Formats: sequence, structure tokens, C-alpha cells
Amino acid sequence: KSSVQTIGEEQIQNPYTELLVLKGHQDIVRFLIFLFESNLVSMSNDVVGIFEMLTFIFLVFIFQTGEKLFELHGHTHKITAIAPFFSSGASGENDQLILTASADRTVIIWDCSSGKQIQKVSCFHSTVKCLTVLQRLDVWLSGGSDLCVWNRKLDLLCKTSHLTDAGISALLELPKNCVAAAVGKELIIFRLIDRPEGWNVVEVKRLDDHQDNILSLVSVNDLTFVTGSHVGELIVWDALDWTKQASECNFWDSSLHNDAQPEIKLSQSPNETSVQHLTSDEECVFAAVGKGNNVYNLQMKRVIACQKTAHDSSVLHIAKLPNRQLTSCSEDGSVRIWELREKQQLPAEPVPTGFFSMWGFGRANKQANQAAKKTQENTTMYFLELVGDLIGHSSAVQMFLYFGDLGLATCSADHLIILWKDGERESRLRSVTLFQKLAQNGGSQIKF
Amino acid sequence: MISAPDVVAFTREEEREEPPRAEPPLPEEYSVPLLPFGGPGANPWSKVAGSKFSRDFILISEFSEQVGPQPLLTIPNDAKVPGAFDLNYFSLRIMSVDYQASFVGHPPGCAYPKLNFVEDSKVVLGDSKEGAFAYVHHLTLYDLEARGFVRPFCMAYISADEHKIMQQFQELSAEFSKASECLKTGNRKAFASELEKKLKDLDYTRTVLHNETEIQKKSNDKGYYTTQAIEKANELASVEKSIIEHQDLLKQIRSYPYRKLKDPDFHPYEPECGLDQANVSCEQDLATSELAEPDETHPYVPSYTPKLIKAKSAKCFDKKLKTLEELCDVYFFTQTLDQLHQIERTFRGDVCYLLTNQISRALLKQQSVTNFLFEDASLLDEKAPEKQYRGCQRLSQDPGNRKCLEELPTPKVVISLGSYKSSVECVPIKMEQEIEDSQDPVMAESITFEQQDNLDYLDADIKGSISSGESIEVLGTEKSASVLTKSESQASLPISPSPQVGRSKVGSRRTVSEDSIEVLSTCPSESLIPEDFKASYPSAINEEPYADDEEGGLHFSPKLSLDNADEQEDGSKQENLLQVDSACCIGKESPGFLEPLAELGAKACEDEDGVVSIPPQPLRPPEQGLHGPFAGYHCPDSASAGLLSYELDPRYLAGSRDLSKTSLDECSDTTSYISSAASTCSEPAPSPAHAALPASERHKKKAGQNALRFIRQYPFAHPAIYSLLSGRTLIVLGEDEAIVKKLVTALSIFVPNCGGCAKPVKHWVTSPLHIVDFQKWKLIGLQRTVSPAGANMVHALGRYSRYISVLDADSKTLRGPLYRGALVPRLADHRTQIKRGSTYYLHVQSVLAQLCSKAFLFTFCHHLHLPISERESEESVASRRMNFLKLHLGLANEDVKIVQYLAELLKLQYIQEPEQGGNPLLRFDYVPSFLYKI
Repeated sequence: KSSVQTIGEEQIQNPYTELLVLKGHQDIVRFLIFLFESNLVSMSNDVVGIFEMLTFIFLVFIFQTGEKLFELHGHTHKITAIAPFFSSGASGENDQLILTASADRTVIIWDCSSGKQIQKVSCFHSTVKCLTVLQRLDVWLSGGSDLCVWNRKLDLLCKTSHLTDAGISALLELPKNCVAAAVGKELIIFRLIDRPEGWNVVEVKRLDDHQDNILSLVSVNDLTFVTGSHVGELIVWDALDWTKQASECNFWDSSLHNDAQPEIKLSQSPNETSVQHLTSDEECVFAAVGKGNNVYNLQMKRVIACQKTAHDSSVLHIAKLPNRQLTSCSEDGSVRIWELREKQQLPAEPVPTGFFSMWGFGRANKQANQAAKKTQENTTMYFLELVGDLIGHSSAVQMFLYFGDLGLATCSADHLIILWKDGERESRLRSVTLFQKLAQNGGSQIKF
Repeated sequence: MISAPDVVAFTREEEREEPPRAEPPLPEEYSVPLLPFGGPGANPWSKVAGSKFSRDFILISEFSEQVGPQPLLTIPNDAKVPGAFDLNYFSLRIMSVDYQASFVGHPPGCAYPKLNFVEDSKVVLGDSKEGAFAYVHHLTLYDLEARGFVRPFCMAYISADEHKIMQQFQELSAEFSKASECLKTGNRKAFASELEKKLKDLDYTRTVLHNETEIQKKSNDKGYYTTQAIEKANELASVEKSIIEHQDLLKQIRSYPYRKLKDPDFHPYEPECGLDQANVSCEQDLATSELAEPDETHPYVPSYTPKLIKAKSAKCFDKKLKTLEELCDVYFFTQTLDQLHQIERTFRGDVCYLLTNQISRALLKQQSVTNFLFEDASLLDEKAPEKQYRGCQRLSQDPGNRKCLEELPTPKVVISLGSYKSSVECVPIKMEQEIEDSQDPVMAESITFEQQDNLDYLDADIKGSISSGESIEVLGTEKSASVLTKSESQASLPISPSPQVGRSKVGSRRTVSEDSIEVLSTCPSESLIPEDFKASYPSAINEEPYADDEEGGLHFSPKLSLDNADEQEDGSKQENLLQVDSACCIGKESPGFLEPLAELGAKACEDEDGVVSIPPQPLRPPEQGLHGPFAGYHCPDSASAGLLSYELDPRYLAGSRDLSKTSLDECSDTTSYISSAASTCSEPAPSPAHAALPASERHKKKAGQNALRFIRQYPFAHPAIYSLLSGRTLIVLGEDEAIVKKLVTALSIFVPNCGGCAKPVKHWVTSPLHIVDFQKWKLIGLQRTVSPAGANMVHALGRYSRYISVLDADSKTLRGPLYRGALVPRLADHRTQIKRGSTYYLHVQSVLAQLCSKAFLFTFCHHLHLPISERESEESVASRRMNFLKLHLGLANEDVKIVQYLAELLKLQYIQEPEQGGNPLLRFDYVPSFLYKI
């Protein structure tokens, strides 16, 4: 039995009618990052995606053609974090670097234009789990059991004392040279101080409002950032004074927790409520919670739309596309495209039943009631409508990257990367190329 | 694909019927085609019937200095092939016409024997008594023990069909030259090593003699020489001389540049394709030839111990001459045999097959943009003998030559005209006479024979002008322009006029004349040697000109002109292409373009006017040429009109034409069948002309047959074929491997190639499928299993259902998108009258060729894809595109998607960088699937 909303084979709004499978990885592909304008490539506006994998090598592909640029070998264990480090204008160099951290307790810095390893740092006491580049300060931070600050030349500028064994799971740059680090349940704010005698990093504040491990950390704008935890808490923070602006604890099934405790323990693993991934635009935060997607409006300070069971299993990554579209990928191997739509007010009916009835027998009413209450409070009601799904991977889709008009790249545990493209657009581009080539060839070379 | 070989005779007939001719009514006795050799199972095209042998074969003979001309071996090496045919007699005949046998040995005024690197000579001759016609290739091999160091040999391709020999002369000549070159290379090697041994012997002998003389000198202190001593001294001197002579010979043979070996066409050390089979037979040949000459000794012993040579090593007649194999080094001998087998396979079968194959291959080569889609990659890669076709094209490009243009739909005639043009020019008087002579038969004979008669003209022309070594230009027609000088050759015509005048009315038969051998033509390659080379040619030792000649002589000058032709061709094509663009512009800048066809009339006419002045290129398959002969290519409007009328022709498949076609199909199929039955060869499929690929030919037949069965059996054949044509992977699911594979084979003929070398077809898969498979394969045979793995597999199929159509061979269902177009029904009509697999295959190919041309038009019309002006919106381009597809190409519903998919493939292929392998794309649509049941 599947309670997941499905869409038929007819998907008019789904633009992705062409795909290209990239092979090359031998293990789970977990990260995809952008690399803009590689000067390697003849056409300057090529967007290069870096696609990285669980184990020691990672590959660089050109998005348009799927051509493999480099295969970088260096790590001996799985790669845990990756970050691009773009050149700062001050130095005049225009090189682009990539930092990779691995479970072999090393960080390697690579040159994107040559595909060569520039330097390798191996003085870590624990695995570096996250990397953040502070372009403004031209430094980068590595987070493991302690927090280290490095400059471009890989000099260790300063470091904190040993924090925990578990280590920092996520880092986020905040204004005023501050950094938020998620360490277990706690959120620690550090400040970087650049004194003439040297860099220093000081702990400013510890925030322990979360009940469980913080899984995701995202900055909304200069003033706010949002955290999500394993038990489904979402807290909105002020980025300047680190106070809690709003919170949504178990915001979707608090009612369930209250009166149906035993049942939930049986049926719902904590995973089902954990905030796996967060993303945001100016007004909303989009949260991948368990199997579902939620849209939390910052102004209204409440969830304006949610899709409980957007996928068959946990949603791993979520992203906002233009045109009020939302894309999510999941362990079930599919990528789904949703559209946030305003619900037409139908006063007679309890509004969201249509969606929530899928949730189950007993719960549906409660859900409906709750949603109905909310509807009454606020006149505009939104819902997420499935407009398309992309099926191709045979295993969990770990992440995807939206390349704008170019398309979408997804990576998966089945070792594949799939580039999804707009077939119409590609066809047109090919025609353009064809006539260019025809014009180039001009005369006698072509034989018909 | 472009022209069905078995249709040719009839299409010609129709062509000929069209122009009304004022001719007297046929006399009574001619109203029915005469089948002089008719009997049960005889067919009018078979000329084999009159001859004593059942099929073509290759004969190698030697002019032995001991016993005279003798046959050495035949290929295929089967006693039944020559049958009652007198090989000895024929050997005598063919060996007697070697005009080239030149003097070798001590030329006057030369101290040492010279080796003459003799050109091969090529002669066509006929023996009407035996009903045999032969292409004869004379060559000489070196043998130290032979008289004058040379042994004359010849290889002859013997056929009962005179036209085949005449029309395939160029090809035969090229192929036999290769084989001969291989033999001669081996022979030079063997000869050199023989010389080395001889030198060692001589050297040894000299030492021995020298020692003896010394001993004599010592023992002899009397101060005068005994007769013995004088004898010894003489002997020594003669040995010394002999050494010098042999050294000189060795130098000569070694000076032969081995440049030929670098020729890409000539790979003696690499076995050629399809050699396994050939090898076996070669080995058999070897075995038998060894049996025939049992006391053959292997010439090479690793370490050679020199022997003492008697002073007078006279060439005695009781000595055993070396066998051909010994002469040529076993390796090269086998190579040659392989080549000859290859030749035999290539040229076997009816000449009609050969010609149509050559033509279609040549035409296909022209369609370099689209031909990868549905054609055999192997067919395209092959270096097809397209010279003849080129010749034809050269003619047809001449704007004044309307006659040829008109005859374009009957390419055979054009070809003949093209390649023998010069002979016509050379002998005008003869020709007139001939035409007069043979006009009667043409008129009188039943139409079925017209084709042959047309050819007969030409042959007659040739016969008129040919004969001795002088009549070079006759077949050196590639250089037709440059060979108008040697008209004096006519003076030496030794031809008795009787054969022509008295030529029987029946096709190729002739009356038996007194001299039963008529030399039809010779083509000494000297004729093609440029003059300056010829000047230096007589110096036998100087290898340079010879080598150049070898490389260039046969091909050099023709190639030049061909290249020129090519360039011109390309140039004009490019022009045409541009023309298309500009035509499009004109058409589209006018607002009327977007309006329905009717309003376009005037505009289209203008376009046409502008375009017709350019001579048409035979870019399209001839059958399309029939419908839109001139404007078809240049102007999309008229093209589509042509196509439309073609498509709308209700008789296309089911009409009376079709009936006649089918009967023809059967007829011609039986032709080949009969000839195969008549031949006692063990080969199961001897008829295919393009026998270089017998396997693929068989495969085609089988696939066609299976496809026919599929179409008749499954009512949902159309959606299944649509899936294939639109690039949606079709999975054939079933438990029984044989059934699935059969279905896959049947359906594979509909799969467009994605540009790789092989068709994207996977016959049998047992593991669950992934997305990558759909990207790579477009037709997959999948095993259905009951195990958990099977469930997994079914799950995967359900999951990826949007990318695939599933044909369940067990429950006879199809799950796939709807098809409502008009194209596939034409391709796969379950009520089709076609009965033979190969015929159906050809039918499919011709429909697909049309489809390709549509896709080509669609792809390369600039304004269908790009805006005319800057400000034109994408939508208007899109609507123009759809308009074009629907109205101009006449595509309905899903047919549009087929053409779009093919166009996409064309684009990909065209823009693909050669060095880049190219990732196959998976394109798909979000369309609902339906379940079809029987």
C-alpha cells in the first residue's frame, strides 16, 4: 500500500525530457557542487559540476556534455566534506580551488584548472566533518572535534580547544565574523578576531534550545538563520544577537505526540520527523522532514503548506526552484517536483483533507482538524502539488543540483549521476550548433 | 535498400513503356519471350543454362614449358563446379591470348640476364562454343629453373554471363590485381631466397674447385697445364661468371621496392575478414594440391648446406618444375587463395544483383548524413566499387546531357553508358552499324530482354573496337577524355564481323563462329601509364617507374579526375544546400509561409524556377526521384508535395502494382533459388550478390521473415514498431530464449542506429535493467524468471515504465504508448502481399529511406529551427516547425515524433566531434501507456 501521492505518466509541466547518465564513480555519490566558469573549458560560460563520491576519488564533469574532465585521486578514505574556494580578487590570481576533507583525517586542496593536488594537510586529530570558506576573510574553517581556521596557503591561523568527541557536524557563516557550529544538540557561536598579532577564535555563546542533534543549519538572510534537529524542531534565530525568534517544535504532528504516544513509537521512527535538510528563500524556509516536505513562512511564523509523505522514504535533499517550485529527492530513488499553489478557498469543506487523509485512518481527522483550524486563522492557504517526478536512479538519491535552465543533476547511491535536461531546449541548442557547424564547414568538407 | 535488386527488371520495363514509340507491331513469333533453354525450373535470366558449368568459378592455369597450358586449380575447388566444362581446353585458350609475354633472358646487347618486371595483362575473352566468358589475368612468376626464369600463369574468372564480365571488368581487374600482387610478392621472396641458396652453392663449388686447382698446381711441377687443369680452370671461370650473374639477378629482384606492402589495401600479413571459412577451404585446397603433386618438397630448410654444382646444370626436361605453391611461398599462396575465394564470393550470383548492390552502395555513400540510421555499418565502411557510379554521375552532372538525366531511374543503362562512353566515341562507324544491327532485336524481342539488349549495344560497341594490345582505350574508360588518339587501333582489328551481324536475337547468345574464341577486350595497364612514365619504362631494372605505376597506374589518373568530380560534386552540393537555405528564406520571409499550402503555390513556383537550373543531384533514392525528380530536394514545398502524392497513392501497397511486384519478388527469388539449387555448391545461400557479407544477407532474410511473421501475428505490431522508431526502448519479455531472440531479430530491422557502429540491440539479458541500459539499448530481449530476482526485475520494469514499452512474448501483450500515425501501417501492413523475407526487408528499407529523407529535410531546414529575424518569438518558430511536419511532410499524430527523434539523431551525429565518443542521450516523453492484448 502506498500512501504517497503519485502522478501518472502524463506530466505536462515536467520539462525534463532528456537525460544523460554519467558513469565513472565506483561508490555512492554524495555531493554535487558548482564550479563556475572553469577556465579550462574553451567556452567560458560552461558550468562545471563537481561530483564527489563516498570514497577517495572524485570526478569533475562538464554539465553540458557530460564530459569527464578530471579524476582526482588522493584520499584513502571516504570524503566527508567538500567546498569550493574561489579566488579572491585581491591576490590577482584567478585560480579556483576545491577543498576536500576525508575520513583519513586529511584535507586536500586541489586546483580546478589543472586537476592537480596542490597541498595536503594531515595534522588533524579527528575526521573533518565540515568545511566552510569565508570568502570575505579569505580563510577557511574545518570542523571536526575542534574548529580550525586556515588561510589560503594552508597555514593554521588558530584553533579552538577540543570541543567534543562527536565533533562539529555543521558550520554556518554569520555576520560580524561569527560562525555558528552545530555540536550535537548545542549550537555554538564563535567569533573570529583578526588582530595584528594573529588570528584568534573565541566562543561567544552556546545555545541549547534543541532537544536532539542538530542536523541542518541554513542561513536565510543576513539577519536570520534556521536550524533543524533530529526530532523535528525548527528554530529561527536572529543572526545578530543569536536569540530565538520563533520555533516550531514537532510542528506537524505535535498533536500526535501528545495523545498517541505509544502508537507513534511503534509506527514512527525518529527518522520520520527529523529535519534532514533545510533550504530557504527570502520569505519561506523549506524543510525536508522525514518523508515529507514542509514550507514554513517566516512572516507568518507557521507552516503554510506541507506534504507529509512526499516520498516513499526519507527526503534527503530539498531545493527551491524558480516559479514557486520545489524539488525534493529521497532515499526511494526518485526526485519529485512540486509546485506551491494557493488553495482556492472552499469554505464548506475542511480544507486539506484531500492530502491528509492519506496519512492514515485515525490520524486523518486530527490532522484535518488542525489544518482546518489553521485555515480559519489565515485566509490564504497553500498546498504543494506534484507536477512531475524524475525516475532513473535505482537507489537513494543523495543530492541534486539545480543548474538553472541547463537542467538538474542528481547523484545517487547507485554510483550514477544523471543529468536531466529540457529536451526541447537541448534540441534547439543542437540545431543552433548544427547550423553553426554547417556554416563553418562552408564548402567542400561536408559530403552529402 | 535503395533499389530492390529483384525489382529492377520490372521497373525498367515500366520505364520503357512510358514513352510511346512508333514501332511496328511485334511479329507473331516474338510475342512470347523465347526461353531457348527453357525446361522445368529454367528462368529467362539464367544464362547458366547454356553452359557446361553450373556457376562462376576462378581457374588458375599455367603455361608449362614441359606440357603446355594446363589447369592448376579452380576456386571453388570442387570438381562439380566446372562439371563437364573442359578445363584443359579452356586453359589452352586463355593461355594463348597473352600478348604480353615478353622476352626475358639475355636481351641482345646485354651481358647478363635481365629480369623483366612484366606487367600483368588483362583480357576479356569469350568462348561461345563452351558458353563461357572469362576475365583473364596473366601474370608471370620467376623461377630460377625455368626457361628464361619466368613461368607464365593466368587467373581467370569464368562465367557464363558475358555481361557480368564486361560490366564488372574494373572491379574484377582491381581485385585480381591485388591477388596477383600478393602472388608476385611471395614469388619475389621465394625467388630471392632461391637465388641466395644458389649463390651459396656456387660459392661452395668455387671453393672446392679452387682447392682442387691448387692441389693440382702443387702436385703438378712440370710447368705446363694438363687438360684436366685447363678444364678445371674453365669450370672455375664459368662458376665465377655464374656467380656474378646470379648476384646480379639477386640485386635486381631485391631492388624491387616493397612499397606495395605499405599500401593500405594490401595487408598480406593480416588475414582479411571472413577468413575463417576461407581458411578452411584454402587448407582443403592446399591439401588437394599437395595430393596432386605428391613429391613436392618443402623448399625451406632452416640451415642450408651448400651443395656442389655440376658445371653443366642443364635445364633438363625430365626435371620436376616447382609448383605454384613452392614458387610463391606458402603463406602468400594461401593469402592469394583467400583473396580469390573472396573474389569468387563477391562476384557470384546474377550480375543484376551485383549492379544494384553497387549502385545502392554508391548512393548510400552519398547520403552520408542520414545513412547511418538504418544501414548496415559494415556495408558503409566497405570500400564499395563505385567508380562506375562516379562515371555515371560525372555524366549526369553535365548539364547538357539530358539523356542521361532522363535515364537516371534506370541506373544500369546510365552506368554502362558512362563507363563505356569512350568506346562509343572511338568507333562511331561501328556503333552506328551496331545500332542498326541490334535495333531489330530490341524492337522485336519481348520487353523482358530489353535490358540485356541495351547492354548488348554497349558490348557490341566494345567488341567492335577491341582486340589486340593496342586497343587500350576501350576499357581504360576512366580516362575517357584523354584517350581519343589511338584510332589506328581500328586498323588492326582482327575481328570477324560475323559474330555481331549474326548475333542471335536472344539476349546474350551468339552463333558459334569459326574461331570460337573472341577476344572481347584487353586492358593492358600500360594504357593507363602516364606518358613520361612509359618513356622510362623499358629499363627493366629501374624499379621506380614500375612502382609508381603499380601504385598509380591503374588508379592514378582516374583518381585524379574522380577527385575533381568529387570536389565539384561537393561544391555543387554545398551550393544546393545553401540554396535550400535561401529557398527557405524566400519561402518564409513571406508571411504566406505559415499559411496553408495552397496559398504558397506561386511562391513555390518561383522557388522552383530558381532552382531547376541547377542540375539535380542523385541524393535521394531513385524511387523518390521518380516522384519529385527535380525539385524534390531543393524546395521543401514541392518535395513535400511529391512525397505527399507518393504517400497518398492508395495503390502503393495493396494495389495492382503491388501484386505484380510480389509476383516479381517471388520470381526473382526463385531465380536465385534455382541457381542455387542448380549449383552443387555446399553453400546454403549462394545467390546473394553482395556476398562479401553472406552472413548479414542471411540475417536480413531471416529478420525480414521473422518481421513478417510478427506483423501478421501480433495486432499491436504498430505501436511496438512505433516505439522503436521513436527511440523508446522496447523490451521483449519472455521465458524462452529462442522465441525472444527471434522476436528481437525480427524487430531489429526497425531500430534506428544511434551513430555507434552497432545497432543498439541487445538480444538476451537476464539481469535486472537499469537506466543505463535504456540509454544504450533500444531493443532488449529480457528473460522472465519466476525467482525473487524475477520479481525484482518486474519491479524495475514497472519503475522505469515511462522509458520503455514492454512486449510480453508469453502472454502476448504490449504495454506502450498509443500510435495513431499513418507511417507504420505502411511499413508493416499485416495484409501485405509480400511473402519473402528478403523482399520484405527491402520494402522496410525503402520506406525507412523515405523516412530518413524526411528527417533530413526537417533537420537541415534552417528556419524550422532558428528564428528568421531577431525578434521572432520561439513560439512562432515552433509553430512553423509543426506546420512543416504536419502539412509539408504529411505526418500525422505520432509520426511527428518519429521524424523528430530521427532528426535528433541526425543532429547528434552531425555535430558530434569525431574524437569524442559521445554519450548516448535518453530522450523520452511523458505519455501514457496502454496495454494491448491480442
